[in-house]
Amino acid sequence: MTSYRPMWAELGLDLERHDVLLEALGGMYSDLFLSQKNRPKSMDYFDFVVSEIHGLRVKELQDHRAGGGKVVGLYCVFVPEDLILAADAIPVGLCAGAQFAVPDAEEVLPRNTCPLVKSSFGFKLSGTCPYIQASDFVVGETTCDGKTKMYEILAEYHPVHVMEVPQKKTPLGRQLFLEEVHGLKAKLEAETGRAITADGLAQATTLVDGKRRALQRLQALRRARPAPISGLDALLIIQIAFYDDVVRFTEKVNALCDELDERIAKGVGVASADAKRIVISGSPMAVPNWKLHQLMEASGSVVVGEESCTGTRYFNYLTPESDGSLEGQLAAIADRQLETNCACFTPNDERLDDIVTLARGWDADGVVHYDLQFCHTFANEAVKVERRLAEERIPLLRIETDYSDEDVGQLRTRIDAFLEML
Amino acid sequence: MTYAGLDIGSRTIILVEFDGGIRDYRIVDAGTNPLQRCEGLLAGRSYRRLVATGYGRRLAEGSLADGIVSEIKAYALGARHLYPDCRTVIDVGGQDCKASRLSESGGVERFEMNDRCAAGTGAFLEAMARTLEVSVEELGAHALVAESTVRINSLCTVFAQSEVVSLVARGAHGPAIALGVHEAIATRVAGMARRVGPKERVVFAGGGALNACLRQLMSRKLGLELTVPEEPQIVGALGAALMASEE
Repeated sequence: MTSYRPMWAELGLDLERHDVLLEALGGMYSDLFLSQKNRPKSMDYFDFVVSEIHGLRVKELQDHRAGGGKVVGLYCVFVPEDLILAADAIPVGLCAGAQFAVPDAEEVLPRNTCPLVKSSFGFKLSGTCPYIQASDFVVGETTCDGKTKMYEILAEYHPVHVMEVPQKKTPLGRQLFLEEVHGLKAKLEAETGRAITADGLAQATTLVDGKRRALQRLQALRRARPAPISGLDALLIIQIAFYDDVVRFTEKVNALCDELDERIAKGVGVASADAKRIVISGSPMAVPNWKLHQLMEASGSVVVGEESCTGTRYFNYLTPESDGSLEGQLAAIADRQLETNCACFTPNDERLDDIVTLARGWDADGVVHYDLQFCHTFANEAVKVERRLAEERIPLLRIETDYSDEDVGQLRTRIDAFLEML
Repeated sequence: MTYAGLDIGSRTIILVEFDGGIRDYRIVDAGTNPLQRCEGLLAGRSYRRLVATGYGRRLAEGSLADGIVSEIKAYALGARHLYPDCRTVIDVGGQDCKASRLSESGGVERFEMNDRCAAGTGAFLEAMARTLEVSVEELGAHALVAESTVRINSLCTVFAQSEVVSLVARGAHGPAIALGVHEAIATRVAGMARRVGPKERVVFAGGGALNACLRQLMSRKLGLELTVPEEPQIVGALGAALMASEE
């Protein structure tokens, strides 16, 4: 750990507070993950990535920068990773999932703000996220009012480029987003001094689609009974997808899937075949937000899917065919991004279908709708989710929570009662 | 053959011994070390099987208890044992309030529960009683003698407390404030109960059901008759004991 200290100091981290964070994270990880029974052997790689969460990967980014490349921070699935890769820049998901930095953010932002927004901002303020420190700029998006306004304030501390995401998937909305994709391309070219070419972009898109396919394969394997992998491990893998090297990550996910194929053939699982199967739907879970999965699985159920930005919304959409021209590819990328059934859109009824498809296709006994506190888009959309699932006769539990542990007792009671009910 | 249910709540710990009927029960304060309290309570007693429920159920899992069950299911089982035609259970406890609708066969069909906020729980009543300088046991009776009421706007325990303090400072009558406090909590709990679509018979249990004013207001707000067991606090522990007896 000490060997990274000079790098962290160079990045301007608050070393003392960063030590506290890493220690807490390490303890939490061994309690939640390493203590799980019968994990696939291939999780070793992902354990290693987490053990180096602020070390080796950050060093790779710094090495890339030393060679003249750029690093671009992001928080959301709407930012097209392939466009960034095509400019020989590295996209990286930023820290947004820990209570640790929330009190820092609350010195500036209103307290009645979603924990993901507060955590994102707090990590910058407290100097404890090496990823934002290593990023040359951040690409934000207008997916909710909290984030939109937070980016304005964040821009006082770090360079920020904001993409406007429309609220309707109309021709006008699509045109707007295509303009925004062009705008990001221009921004990337100006920052990196490199022109994005049709060939370069096609290669990058192939890589990103490959990553998505690997995650789709993993998701398909979670259909098996008994479940071959815990929801906690699957969630972790999707969280890591946001910041790991795309080629290496894809390879490792496929290797894991090979192992899961064998497990399924032998009937090996992480839970008994009659364990209650749960689909989680709602707000994103940024690393290290493992709270709900941990509670669900500690209560004896197994999570088999996430209709979430750290779930199907991250990997469901592949790039549509284009004529191969740069223009055509950019349009295909814009279309792909707008496929996302995020609660920022109105209407967003396709998301209701997605939840039902996941619950039925994965043989789920019930759905847990997860709202981050003050996440108004998902909280309000939950009303429609509730109605639809009642129609479909799929049991639903609605949970609203934040990153702190103070409500764990009450959550356990609800979860236990829900599982007993199924 | 004696079985036992142990309800480890935030304010009280309740033990029910069951041998086909309730053989005995004990209600003690939870204190600051509930596990130690449980050990004291169980000293010298042994059962064929013991099931724990309540906020602290996991503390007892694997040591004192042979199994655990959520309060929601435990209250449903206990209420059905006492009243086989029960279709709705409302439970106002120390730090939680819950409402559950049961199927004809007694299974939980729908439930609602407060989140981390103490509004609508015993903790709210305790804080208000303290502010009004009466004991929580007397608070209900205190409110029932009120000739008028005042409106408490805040359901947040902390804000409601300062609201009560300013009402006292303005010379409002204690009983009128106490009645306002009960109105506030009854509105909240009745709202939660309405969300599950309550059906009769409605059993009102938990420590909150000991409060006569709350019983009256809740019944009026729901437009339903509420059945309060003779010992409303032991229903959860009874349900856990029933679970234990089912092996």
